[in-house]
Amino acid sequence: MTSDDDRNGAGINRRKVLECMTWAGTGVLWTIAGGVPRSLGIVGEARAQAATPLTFLQISDSHVGFDKPANPNVLSTLNEAIGKVKALTVKPAFMIHTGDITHLSKVKEFDDADQAISQARLDVHYVPGEHDFLDDEQKLYRERYGRGAKGAGWYSFDANGVHFIGLVNVVDLKAGGLGNLGNEQLEWLENDLKGRSASTPIVVFAHIPLWVVYPEWGWGTEDGARALDYLKRFGSVTVLNGHIHQVMQKVEGNVAFHTARSTAFPQPAPGTAPSPGPMKVEDNRLRSVLGIATITFAPGQQRLAIVDTPLQG
Amino acid sequence: MKIDLVRGAVAAAALQLAVLTVTAFAAPALAEDISVNIDNFTFNPPRLTVTAGTTVSWTNRDDIPHTVTSSAKLFKSKTLDTDDKYSFTFATPGVYEYFCSLHPHMTGAIVVESTTGSNAAP
Repeated sequence: MTSDDDRNGAGINRRKVLECMTWAGTGVLWTIAGGVPRSLGIVGEARAQAATPLTFLQISDSHVGFDKPANPNVLSTLNEAIGKVKALTVKPAFMIHTGDITHLSKVKEFDDADQAISQARLDVHYVPGEHDFLDDEQKLYRERYGRGAKGAGWYSFDANGVHFIGLVNVVDLKAGGLGNLGNEQLEWLENDLKGRSASTPIVVFAHIPLWVVYPEWGWGTEDGARALDYLKRFGSVTVLNGHIHQVMQKVEGNVAFHTARSTAFPQPAPGTAPSPGPMKVEDNRLRSVLGIATITFAPGQQRLAIVDTPLQG
Repeated sequence: MKIDLVRGAVAAAALQLAVLTVTAFAAPALAEDISVNIDNFTFNPPRLTVTAGTTVSWTNRDDIPHTVTSSAKLFKSKTLDTDDKYSFTFATPGVYEYFCSLHPHMTGAIVVESTTGSNAAP
C-alpha cells in the first residue's frame, strides 16, 4: 500500500503531482493514497489503485488574540474555518496545525484557540510558531502540545505507512538570519530517518518555510538545506509550512513544498509591500481575500486546477 | 543640535535642583532620551550614535510584536506589542548590535561614544 512502484503508471509522476485543496482562510486538505500525498480531489483515482486513502487537514496561523485592523475578530474566522472542516464529507484522519496558534502566547489565547479547534473533533498535531513562544519561560505551548516531544517540540509519527515529522524552526534565531532548526534537532532528524526505506512517503511540517522563499522578509530556514539533504534519498517528500499567510508551492526533485493560508489575516506577496506585516483589506473584502479555493480535477489531466472561490462576494 | 539643547536644559535644571536640594540628583539624570521607532519590520534609525549615559527608547509601531535583543546578550526587551516601549541606558562606549529575536532579519546598532572628545572620535 505504501509502495510507490506504481507511481509512474500512465505516465503520471505523482511525486510531482502535489496539489492541494485549499479552503482559503481555513485549511488545506490532503490525502495520501498509494503512498503519495495528493489533494482530496484525486481520491477517485486513488481508489482506482485500491489504496486506502489517508486524508488529513492542515490549518495554520490562527493568531488568536490578534485584534488589529487587518482582522479584529480572528476567533470568528477560525470558527468559520473549523466549521468548514466539520462540514467535509470525507472526514479527515487528523489535523496538523503549522504554528502561530496564538498571537502573544497568552493563556486565554491558547484556551480560546483550543476551544475553537477542538470543535473539529479531530486529533491535532501541532508545531509552534514564533508567536507561541512569547511567554517568559516558553512553557505554555510545551505544556499543552509539547509533551512527549523532543527539544523545543519536534517529533515524528506514522499514519497509514506515511512518516510524519513535525519540526521547530522558530527558536534560537540568530541576528540577521532566518528560521533555525539547530544542530540538536538536525541530528535527531538524521537518526529518525535512518533505516527507513526510501519508499516511505515523508511529510515534514514546520512553521517557517523550510526553503528560502524571500530572505529579505526572513521567509526561509537558515539550515533547512541540511534537513532537505537528509530527505533527498526518499522518493516522496512533502513539506508543509505556514508563517507567510499565503499559498505558495514549489517542486524540487522529489520534494514538494507548500505553504498554507492563515485563518486570521493575509500577508502581502513577497516584495509587494514595505513589510510582511498584516495586510489590511476593506472589511467587506476580508473573506474574499481569505476566500475558499477549490480544486477541479479534470479527468485525463495530471495536474489539478486550483480555483479560488471567495467566502463572500 | 536639538539633543545638545535638551541636554543643556536638563543640566541647567539639574544644577538648579542641586542647589536647592543637595541630596540625590545623580549623573543618570543627565542622560538624554533618544528614540528608535520600529516601523514596517525595521529599526529606525537602524544605526544610531549616542554618547555614553544615553538612554535609548524603542517603540514598536507595527501591528506585529517585536523584541529588541542584544546580539551579545547584553540586553533584551520583553515582547513588545503594538505601542509598547523598551528603554536601555548605554553607560559604556562601544558598538551594540541588536536584532528582533522573532524576526531576526531586523537588525540595528547603537554606537556609544565617550562623553569627552566624542566629536573627535574616528
